[in-house]
Amino acid sequence: MVERLRRMLVKEFLQLLRDPRMRFVVFVVPVIQTLVFGYAVNMDVRDYPAVVVDLDRSPRSRALLSGMTASGAFRFVMDTRDMEAAAGMLDRGDAGAIFRVDPGFGGDVEAGRPGKLQMIIDGSDANSARIAIDYASRIVARHAAELRSRSGGAPARRPGGIVLVPRAAFNPNLESRKGFVPGVIAMVVMLLTLMLTSMAIVREKEIGTIEQILVSPISPTEFILGKTIPFAIIGYIDVVIVALVAVFWFDVPMRGSIPILFLGTTCFFLCTLGIGLLISTVSRTQQQAMLTVFLVYFPAILLSGFMFPIANMPPFARVLTLADPLRYYLVIVRSIFLKGAGMAILWPQIAALFGMGIATLAFAVSRFRKTSA
Amino acid sequence: METIRAVDLSRRFGETVAVDRLNLSVEEGELFGLVGSDGAGKTTTMRLLSGVLDPTGGEAFVLGRPVRSEAAAIHREIGYMSQRFGLYADLTVQENIDFYADLYGVSGKARTERVAELLAFSGLAPFRDRPAGNLSGGMKQKLGLSCALIHTPRVLLLDEPTNGVDPVSRRDFWRILYRLLREKVTIFVSTAYLDEAERFRRLAFLHEGRLLAMGTPDALKAALPGVVVEALSDAPRQAAVRLRGALGESSPVGILADRVRALVRGPGDAADRVNAALSGATFPCGEARVVEPTLEDVFVGMLSARDGTAP
Repeated sequence: MVERLRRMLVKEFLQLLRDPRMRFVVFVVPVIQTLVFGYAVNMDVRDYPAVVVDLDRSPRSRALLSGMTASGAFRFVMDTRDMEAAAGMLDRGDAGAIFRVDPGFGGDVEAGRPGKLQMIIDGSDANSARIAIDYASRIVARHAAELRSRSGGAPARRPGGIVLVPRAAFNPNLESRKGFVPGVIAMVVMLLTLMLTSMAIVREKEIGTIEQILVSPISPTEFILGKTIPFAIIGYIDVVIVALVAVFWFDVPMRGSIPILFLGTTCFFLCTLGIGLLISTVSRTQQQAMLTVFLVYFPAILLSGFMFPIANMPPFARVLTLADPLRYYLVIVRSIFLKGAGMAILWPQIAALFGMGIATLAFAVSRFRKTSA
Repeated sequence: METIRAVDLSRRFGETVAVDRLNLSVEEGELFGLVGSDGAGKTTTMRLLSGVLDPTGGEAFVLGRPVRSEAAAIHREIGYMSQRFGLYADLTVQENIDFYADLYGVSGKARTERVAELLAFSGLAPFRDRPAGNLSGGMKQKLGLSCALIHTPRVLLLDEPTNGVDPVSRRDFWRILYRLLREKVTIFVSTAYLDEAERFRRLAFLHEGRLLAMGTPDALKAALPGVVVEALSDAPRQAAVRLRGALGESSPVGILADRVRALVRGPGDAADRVNAALSGATFPCGEARVVEPTLEDVFVGMLSARDGTAP
């Protein structure tokens, strides 16, 4: 049994690594994906292009507007009195926001009346818009507080202001990259293990070797182990590669325990290899297998909380996320990297993956026996 | 001793009955042929006998063991070569053989000797480092056979092994099989080539999942109801039309190059009847004479008797 299994493994590795394209897919593509995600999937707003329409032109308005650019959040691409021209910039997408100050702003502020700054924002990219509004309102609030403290006496007239003091734990500057890059580990290894497993088995079906193997003394279990262990090993290697890129290239902290990361990864692989195997039992050709992989993979990403918070989903979608292994693994990976969480916190996720993995694998193996012949 | 036995062996796929209550038995050391046209149920039968597929009715026995319940034990004793023998195109000849040797647990000195022996008699020794994907069709089949023989099986099941293989390689292939027969290996071969069927010690005709006839080639020919008559003709096509008209539906008529060939049934001297039918023709025809039937005549005759029409 051990000898036969060893031979299956040797054969799989020989086949996998002999093909230069496969070597590229297995070892280089994950790095590229991590780099692309690390740079492209960046929800932070920086240098947001904005147009200034300052019709007041007072020292007060100047001071407020220069505060917008001082933090680096906004970048003024045009300064005009022509509202039409400003709107045109927004229409063409050359600017994402317009800051408009009406005449009399400075006078109002001097007189102790509230001055108004209008912000018109391109809402077609709602995410960035929300973040930009958030930045702008914080800058305005800070500016207003400074004005009040400088004018003396004022706080006495308006007592009891409540101030929210936020502090983002684990990721103090709320850099979205730090949350995303560990998540990329999960996405990359999920796709890789799903794809390799289902394709490798379907390929044996296509070329007819599976029939020869079924009449050999090798048992279906040995065959399945021989077909999944190599891809799990490749998966581990890729976790390490992507983790190294995350830590040394993107400065993502690695605060947690590596053994727990591998325990979680193992339980996650039980699920992905099981699903891959299941896909191979319903596919006759490698094309079918590939399409089915994507049919599973994209919903898994959308439901995982990788891009859209699960808490924002409608109840039925939230229920669906419970069946998504990526959801649990994402929590494990992020928590280990950023929070240094241990078993005490992660055991529910690991247990869920383990349970789902065993169930999927068992189902896949029983289906495999029935359908492979 | 009976090596292979099928008892009412049946397999249906949904509404289609691929194999219908098949009964046959194969003796030890016999070269047995399963002959039939495409879609006759040959491959399904092979898969049922090898235990790749479970029957929906009846039972198959190999070496006295029921295939369904003792597949694992049987798999150590049989070599099975499916229609498209699965070779790993990206592995070399040697690596393919090694893989199967490991699957069957052939190791040590026995393995070295067996691999050398197989490479020698298949003629693959010079190509051992060539990827299997770069072999010719005939060599691929020989490599497939070598892999199926790695564990020195007592029973060999070959599903259309010579399909699509050139005549020279086909002859080589048969030479290897004869050699195995001398080693008392039982060989069960399916084929759609009736000329090959003459090589079998016994054969079974399969048509639409049913067994039409079974026996030695000579016995099958002797049992042919009717006499095969051949006549040379300058216009064999027209001669055939005339003959069909004269002999009726029960006597299938065929064309073989410059001859017409008919399986003549019914009373009277067969050659005389053919001569009479062709005598009034405007084109010259040779003298009709009775010839030895071939297995093709037998097969065609059985089909026409069964369907009531000439194919």
